[in-house]
Amino acid sequence: MYEWNFWPVLSESGILWAGFRNTLILTATALSGGLVVGLFLALGRLSHRRWLSLPAGIVIEVFRTTPPLVQLFWFYFGLPIVLAVEMTPFLAAALTFTIQSGAFFAEIFRAGIVSIEKGQWEAARVIGMNHAQMMRRIILPQAVKRMFPSMMERSIELMKTTTLVATVSYADLLFQANELAQKTFRPLEVYTVVALIYFISISAVSFLAARLEKRFARSGEITQ
Amino acid sequence: MTDPILQLRGLEKSFGDMQVFKNVDLDVAPGDRIAILGASGSGKSTLLRCINVLETPDAGDIRVGGKPVGAVGSNGRVRYSERELCALRQRVGMVFQQFNLFPHMTVKQNVTEGLRTVKGIASAKADERALKELSRVGLADKAETYPSRLSGGQKQRVAIARALAMDPEILLFDEPTSALDPALVGEVLSVIEQLANEGRTMLLVTHEIGFAYHMATKIVFLAEGGIYEMGTPDAVLKNPQKPLTQAFLAEHQRFHF
Repeated sequence: MYEWNFWPVLSESGILWAGFRNTLILTATALSGGLVVGLFLALGRLSHRRWLSLPAGIVIEVFRTTPPLVQLFWFYFGLPIVLAVEMTPFLAAALTFTIQSGAFFAEIFRAGIVSIEKGQWEAARVIGMNHAQMMRRIILPQAVKRMFPSMMERSIELMKTTTLVATVSYADLLFQANELAQKTFRPLEVYTVVALIYFISISAVSFLAARLEKRFARSGEITQ
Repeated sequence: MTDPILQLRGLEKSFGDMQVFKNVDLDVAPGDRIAILGASGSGKSTLLRCINVLETPDAGDIRVGGKPVGAVGSNGRVRYSERELCALRQRVGMVFQQFNLFPHMTVKQNVTEGLRTVKGIASAKADERALKELSRVGLADKAETYPSRLSGGQKQRVAIARALAMDPEILLFDEPTSALDPALVGEVLSVIEQLANEGRTMLLVTHEIGFAYHMATKIVFLAEGGIYEMGTPDAVLKNPQKPLTQAFLAEHQRFHF
């Protein structure tokens, strides 16, 4: 019978918190960057101009259909060779997950935008709005509400996928957990605590998101 | 006679193989109230939607204030720039069958949206204008309400206020009462009637022939891919000259009592 002992882990928990902090920094960077990249990719893909829609479509497809670990290795090991640039683990991780989540967000944005009824586009046009005004004032505000659940789902996915960055020695929560496990010889306890940290933080975010969603539903979305 | 503010010349539109209309010529002078009638599928809405280029005409000219909109491109078809379309649509307002209010905005914001975003009018002034237009349609007390809480008739009146706020020279009504419960039709028609009495220029696609008779200065009957019969309400509705117009009116009067 295995004897659980969490003391060695808890007394060194500072190592884990430092990792958790890095995980949050990376997730927040990739999330905010990914939203911007995703919006532009979606608008590009929806454009009538082929020189915009084609490259946007290619970026989206490539990043959705290749494994994130391969992308990460490519940015970390490949890019410095191809472009002769300095690459840090954080930069490689941030780039990979910004573009990768951007590709997924782009598809969510696109689905949200095309789900807005034709009448809304026409109503915006007939009061003289140009395309940018229509997107900003009429289409996107309505689309974002509809996209919110899928966005949350994708963001949770992103936070969990960032654990891959441990493979390029970015000191995220999982990387720090490996260190701690080797130091304390208590891997079972370490990974249990790590799982708990992910479980609690992601559940908390999910809970807040569900409440926000309810508020959106109340603020007069349904009409016609 | 005053110069027309809107002229259509040789307007033509097809959807795929189906020709909706061709060779449509129409002059709209200030104060004209033109009711467009016709069987379903005769292209009434399409004609209206070509005027503000929600549908792009395949051929023909749209002239506003004597100047043609758009420029002929290299393929021989007329191309419309975004800037030109935005300018055109500010001069030609439109009200839809399905209202198309912005659901994420209050009634007042629906009306101020064009003023603020398109015309760049400051918020206080835009609010003032919105309240003026909302009182005109009898809905000033609903200013802070969201559209989802309004009846169909109220929604359509807000949509009319939204169009009026932009100070259009011409108003296009695309079957404004067709999506309404019969009991709510009256309140919308009275608003349109009131606008007619103010001498506003408008084009109206409708199935309310009685309303068209009383309100319009000119009736346009569409059939066979174009303007089939046109004239004063008395001429076209009381004394139609051509067989399809007669058949259409007979069908509409079948259940009169």
